[in-house]
Amino acid sequence: MSDNSPDAPEQDAKTSDAEKAYWSANIRLLWTLMSIWFVVSFGAGILFRDFLDQFAIGGYPLGFWFAQQGSIYVFILLILFYSVRMKRIERQYDLDD
Amino acid sequence: METQTLIYIFVGLSFALYIGIAIASRAGSTKEFYVAGGGVNPVVNGMATAADWMSAASFISMAGIIAFSGYDGSVYLMGWTGGYVMLALLLAPYLRKFGQFTVPDFIGTRYYSKAARVVAVICLIFISFTYIAGQMRGVGIVFSRFLDVPITLGVIIGMGIVFVYAVLGGMKGITYTQVAQYCVLIFAYMVPAFFISFLITGNPVPQLGLGSTVNDGSGLYVLQKLDLVLQDMGFGAYTDGSKSMIDVFCITAALMIGTAGLPHVIVRFFTVPKASDARKSAGWALVFIALLYTTAPAVGAFARLNFIDSVQNTEYAEAPAWFKNWESNDLIAWRDKNGDGKMQLGKGEPFKGAPLFAEEAGTNGERIVQNEAADDNVNEVYVDRDIMVLANPEIANLPGWVIALVAAGGLAAALSTAAGLLLVISSSISHDLLKKTFRPKITEKGELLAARLAATAAIVVAGYLGIYPPGWVAQVVAFAFGLAAASLFPAIFMGIFSKRMNREGAIAGMVTGLTFTFLYIGWFKLWSPESNVAANWLFGISPEGIGVIGMLLNFVVAIAVAKFTNGPPKEIGQLIDNIRVPRSS
Repeated sequence: MSDNSPDAPEQDAKTSDAEKAYWSANIRLLWTLMSIWFVVSFGAGILFRDFLDQFAIGGYPLGFWFAQQGSIYVFILLILFYSVRMKRIERQYDLDD
Repeated sequence: METQTLIYIFVGLSFALYIGIAIASRAGSTKEFYVAGGGVNPVVNGMATAADWMSAASFISMAGIIAFSGYDGSVYLMGWTGGYVMLALLLAPYLRKFGQFTVPDFIGTRYYSKAARVVAVICLIFISFTYIAGQMRGVGIVFSRFLDVPITLGVIIGMGIVFVYAVLGGMKGITYTQVAQYCVLIFAYMVPAFFISFLITGNPVPQLGLGSTVNDGSGLYVLQKLDLVLQDMGFGAYTDGSKSMIDVFCITAALMIGTAGLPHVIVRFFTVPKASDARKSAGWALVFIALLYTTAPAVGAFARLNFIDSVQNTEYAEAPAWFKNWESNDLIAWRDKNGDGKMQLGKGEPFKGAPLFAEEAGTNGERIVQNEAADDNVNEVYVDRDIMVLANPEIANLPGWVIALVAAGGLAAALSTAAGLLLVISSSISHDLLKKTFRPKITEKGELLAARLAATAAIVVAGYLGIYPPGWVAQVVAFAFGLAAASLFPAIFMGIFSKRMNREGAIAGMVTGLTFTFLYIGWFKLWSPESNVAANWLFGISPEGIGVIGMLLNFVVAIAVAKFTNGPPKEIGQLIDNIRVPRSS
């Protein structure tokens, strides 16, 4: 997801330092949030479901809950967090729309 | 009032509302026709996206599929919501900043190639038509069961309604109609869900009800009881699936990535004013979608319990009215294998294939089924999963107006998705094929006319598919998601996140992903369906999940080809820099 590969074309001169810093802040945030996205759905809902099913939330086995309820709630929180956080990062670099 | 009268009133009022909105919001320019002028409020767009996204499959079929597959149904719940995280974080804001009208627009411009644009248009048209045929079937089912009109007439009425607001209003008309349709469909879904959750668990909130104890004095949780009842009848436990882990993983991933690559969803984010609004809007869309998606598993579980309770070991003569209603619509059938006059449920097919009814009635008054016998199991009842949501209010003895509401909701879900699909088909023809490829000199007025003609033609084709559904339609829904995941998603994603990706790489990648996925699904679903068993699948991945492998192939081929060919021209580097930051420079 990054542009640091050696054969990427040279950054255009007009790309300011602020834009570069903004983009790498964005990429860092994306890695974090997409990891959480993966862990709650593919992790808790599928790969580690059997292990988590020994615990329960009310009448829900925990792995089953993540697969049919929990992952969806976390997805919403991820998007809302990204939306708020990006706005702040954009203001910080004076790049907001 | 009679339930039938109520249904006519509810459906009639909802149709009048859609047409009224359409007349109030006619499109006057191509920008209004393609992206509603680009000034839609992000919350409003979120609601429209939710209606656009939630199709006849989400409204009518999903809870039924979950009811009969338990844990395995999770692939739809996670798959069809998780894609919004990818949309909001990885695609939507950048595509909005790019600021054009269609998905092929982005691919054609970013990869400086008419060939890439045409490949994208082909993917888009194939995906969208596959999808739309299912919507028209949904319209047909609702009409024939609830309004007692022949399927053909039902589909024609549906086509007429969509024609009015899609052709006149374009994206502008569709957006505001979809908002109304969301309100109708979510209300129609939630009301019976509250009732049923309250009846079964005493807790009206279905999301909590599914985790509560059953109201029958047994002290068992809903899921515990369901596991016990099903295991008693010889099924696997509800909370355990029968699919392999790798298959569940791949299907979920293919649905998520496919969702993020579906053109009619992506294009909704072109209608908001700014890049940051696209993020916000995707969040709202998921909130509105999640309301239905977290309710569906509860509806599925409750419906399964209710269904077993009212059918198992009941004499056919005593069967509830809904059972006979749906039997007369061919969606339920009973064959008294052990001759005791009672209906038994169990694992396995009651007979081979979908029911073929004879004219005469059996000894208990049931419709006789002529299918070949399947006597290796005790199951006597055939039930089409699609009826679980539609019949739910009847099964739970809810009042007539709830049933009428569900009919209007099912139609809203099918029509809103059909309209969104028609729009992307028509804009890819008038904008991408005509204006940007073959007839660059076309005037604004000419393009708008072409868009309307293309939408009209697409409605006729979609209607034809709804009236004469080709046998393959149900078999190839996997195509829509698999192909979107394997072709469009990687091209868009790399177009934003890699500056090195070039024309040659992107085209080679799209063609590889598309061909591989198409052949794999085609082989197991169309040409050699008898070989469609886990033992023959590549790595044990079913055709539904193979889009993930297609996507990986796309990435690998694209990166390899790009490595050995020239990088993109300098302007493209500037274009990428420009779409990456929200502020216009």
